[in-house]
Amino acid sequence: MDLLWQTAVNATYAASYMALIAVGLVMIFGVMGVINFAHGELYMVGAYCVVFLYAQENFPFLLAVAAGLVFVGMIGLVMERTMFRPLRDNPLAGLIASIGFLLILQTLAVFGFGRRMGHVPPSTQGKLEILGAVLTYQRLFVIVAAVLLLAALWTFLRRSKFGRALRACAQDAEAASLQGISMNQTARIAMFIGAALAGVAGALTAPLVSPTPYIGHSIIVTAFIIIIVGGVGSLEGAVIAAVLYAFVHTFVTTFFDGVIANIVGLALMLAVLVVRPTGLFGAKERA
Amino acid sequence: MVFLFAALAVLPYLLSYSQQEIAVLLVINVLLVSSYRLLTLTGEWSLGHVVIMGVGAYASALLAKRLGVPVPLSMLLGAGMAAATAAILSFPLFRMKGFYFLIGSFAAGEIIRLIWKRFTDPFGGPKGLKRIDPFPDIDAGFLSIDFYEPVNYYFLALIVVSASLFVLYRIERSRIGLTFHAIHWQDRLAESVGVDTFRYRTLAFVIASFFAGIAGGLYAHYVGAVNPTRFSVDQMVYVLVWAVVGGTATFYGPILGVIVLTVVNEIVLRALGLDTARPLIYGAILILSVLYLPNGLESLGPRLRARWQRWRGGSAAARREAT
Repeated sequence: MDLLWQTAVNATYAASYMALIAVGLVMIFGVMGVINFAHGELYMVGAYCVVFLYAQENFPFLLAVAAGLVFVGMIGLVMERTMFRPLRDNPLAGLIASIGFLLILQTLAVFGFGRRMGHVPPSTQGKLEILGAVLTYQRLFVIVAAVLLLAALWTFLRRSKFGRALRACAQDAEAASLQGISMNQTARIAMFIGAALAGVAGALTAPLVSPTPYIGHSIIVTAFIIIIVGGVGSLEGAVIAAVLYAFVHTFVTTFFDGVIANIVGLALMLAVLVVRPTGLFGAKERA
Repeated sequence: MVFLFAALAVLPYLLSYSQQEIAVLLVINVLLVSSYRLLTLTGEWSLGHVVIMGVGAYASALLAKRLGVPVPLSMLLGAGMAAATAAILSFPLFRMKGFYFLIGSFAAGEIIRLIWKRFTDPFGGPKGLKRIDPFPDIDAGFLSIDFYEPVNYYFLALIVVSASLFVLYRIERSRIGLTFHAIHWQDRLAESVGVDTFRYRTLAFVIASFFAGIAGGLYAHYVGAVNPTRFSVDQMVYVLVWAVVGGTATFYGPILGVIVLTVVNEIVLRALGLDTARPLIYGAILILSVLYLPNGLESLGPRLRARWQRWRGGSAAARREAT
């Protein structure tokens, strides 16, 4: 029973950062119509921002996380301007270009930090005990930050003018531009937010995962599974699927092993693709 | 054509030992990317093709190692195994199209790869299989060929790959190949005139996988070792790059892509001593080619010719104006 409860707490932590990553990927897909294969590498860059600023240069942890968020968001802007905007009407080319970008980011990380694992000391030592399960402050911090960020994003999308414009572009880009919404402006915002979410996830979890330049691979696989299960283009679906997948993956890892958990996750995604390609929560017209 | 074959026959003698080894792998990769193109004819881009190659490699290696099947036969059976795997996978995968197929094939490939990684018996786990039986030496008294020598294996691979390319070419030019094209450009229309698109997509997938399996067999018995990392999505990225940079509209486009990029990668970049930077340069080439050469290297010839003619036509017009 203790183990079950502890695993559930661990899964909650996993769900929180996975949701950040997946929501970012969905944001980019929703507005740009392109699958960003370099999303895992954006996470990696966020993690290395913390390695550099916090672990090497001794800046405060929070400042390093904020810097990671902004810096990776800027990388998103660069990607939008140089690749996704010229290739807007060609999703396959956009995807392939993002694969090229992934290789560039990976190599730059190897140049800057070497191939070995970066070590990040924990920013706090404390831990919480909830009904016998242990939750370190470090992990709690990730959960709290994810909830706050996603809530802020949700409010932004529902309440602000930009948010409404963004959702309009995601639904029908042509009609939106006829209403006087600037497609380029909206794409920039979506790309910044989407990339920044991946970056902040990397920055927040850096002390917990020991980043390497190649960590993006497992991240992108996870993110793909989540957005397919949740329905490509559905933000709420991505959050729910992240929770679902995190629980399945964490429990299978605890009771079997990590590789089996990955196989189960991929099989889950394949099953969803076969039975309901629009995902569990996706809109029908996206089929 | 004769000239081409003469050049290919002389080539290995002009190369150093390590370059000969690269030449063998290049020949194998030519088959890999050409078989991939057959699949793209139907308009579907898979991310599992390298894993399918791995199925051929693993199957052939295991048949030779565990069951003592003679090596050339094990390669054929391995390729058959790759084709059979594709046939089974086609049931879930061809319920999807476009982006969903891409992701679905990625998932299916990763599952296969993780199974190799997880189950040490018989797949050898993360370390993979080692000491795979080499291709048997030919010793007929007057003639003895040792396939441990890269030059000899180069010629073996060249013969197998040329034969395979010939078959692939004939398939594309046949009625079946034309149907693949039809499915790519007008799948609804093709269906309306009675083409079973599911069946033809499966057929393209199975044939492409068979030849990828051959490439896998050639690889396994040359290198002598296979492991799950060798067939990871990183390697798939390279196949994708070759196909995209070369262009997939013509039969020779992907072949051009793999040859040009391998030469750039192995000779130019190695000579410059930029080993760590190679993925970066590959990435940059990929982005630049999608942006500025969307139809690949194959479109370069006609484009330059058109520009040359326009320039000549333009200057002729200018001369006329001047006089």
